Amino acid sequence: MSPEIFFRGSLMWVYCLYLIGILGLSLGTIWGLFFVPPEKFQGDSFRIMFIHVPAAHLSQIIYIGIAVAGVVYIVWRTKMADVFMAAAAPVGLITTGLALLSGIVWGKPTWGTWWVWDARTISVLILFFLFFGQIALRQAVSRPERAAFAVSVLAIVGAINIPIIKYSVEWFTTLHQPASITLTRESAISMVFLIPLLINIASFYIYIAGVVLAGMRTLVLRRHKHTSWVQAWTGSS
Amino acid sequence: MKAVRRRRMLILAFLFCGGSVTVALAVVALQQYINHFYLPHEILDGTAPIDRQIRAGGMVVHESVVYEAEGLMTTFELSDLKGSTFSVRYEGLLPSLFREGQGAIVIGILNERKTFIANEVLAKHDENYVPPELKDLHEANDP
Repeated sequence: MSPEIFFRGSLMWVYCLYLIGILGLSLGTIWGLFFVPPEKFQGDSFRIMFIHVPAAHLSQIIYIGIAVAGVVYIVWRTKMADVFMAAAAPVGLITTGLALLSGIVWGKPTWGTWWVWDARTISVLILFFLFFGQIALRQAVSRPERAAFAVSVLAIVGAINIPIIKYSVEWFTTLHQPASITLTRESAISMVFLIPLLINIASFYIYIAGVVLAGMRTLVLRRHKHTSWVQAWTGSS
Repeated sequence: MKAVRRRRMLILAFLFCGGSVTVALAVVALQQYINHFYLPHEILDGTAPIDRQIRAGGMVVHESVVYEAEGLMTTFELSDLKGSTFSVRYEGLLPSLFREGQGAIVIGILNERKTFIANEVLAKHDENYVPPELKDLHEANDP
């Protein structure tokens, strides 16, 4: 796809994704925080999951997206795959940070401690550093093609961490509980909590897609600033 | 697909598989350090070291929690629900989610008589999230 067509065609998408994502997040969050009963054992502190679960889930999805883009870049040298990696890495850093912070805040009232070094928390912390590494490596290599190549390799090798995060709670003894929502079993979360949670997860997907797309638009504009269409669009010459 | 692309894909596949095998071997080798806590049967069969700071976990046995009349000393038993049970002594405030029938992690020292002297107790929450009314229903249905 030519950068110009992408740039012109994506604006409407960004608006739509932002609108639906923010509306959905507001609905799910207000529903989850104010209109569901407290949990039997945890009381009100369980409501943190309406933020924690979408953030933790999307962090892994964003990383998988970056790793796939890394494969696409190395095999086909698609420039847009590199643009995607550059735009998605800071977003992943923030969602992982959000998942860690919300988990820390939930851990104190639930477990009785802010932090433990179990397999789940460590593997998510590594994910946080992998996103950080994506950004740092790109900054450190001055030639853009070299940087894209290096970042792609890091993304693909780091993808090994994703199944470790997922199965850490089953392979090892951890303080973190196993997954409540799985494709194979009935949800361990009662329906009254599950509906707003699923709304928030779906909306977070949509919102994050909008954020990454907006980031890609900015990067495309910056990378093509010397072309005539960008100069025509920005009105500078 | 062009030969050069097929070659790049193969190299990536090798890179990923090689990396996975490396990590898998490291994880298997480090299994005992990655495991966050010892299970009750490991406490009893001597796998868990004595007189060293360790973590152990299990389900709090029903009606085993005893608060001493003076001070904050508490004793309770942790079980794997498969026949292995050990007792824990702890002085301090228990986390609010600590309760009988739920999981707990204790951090402290195991003595020769297989009593765990805990200096920290953490409540392990399970994956079930239920509203108050439903939980009562569950218990009524399933005594």
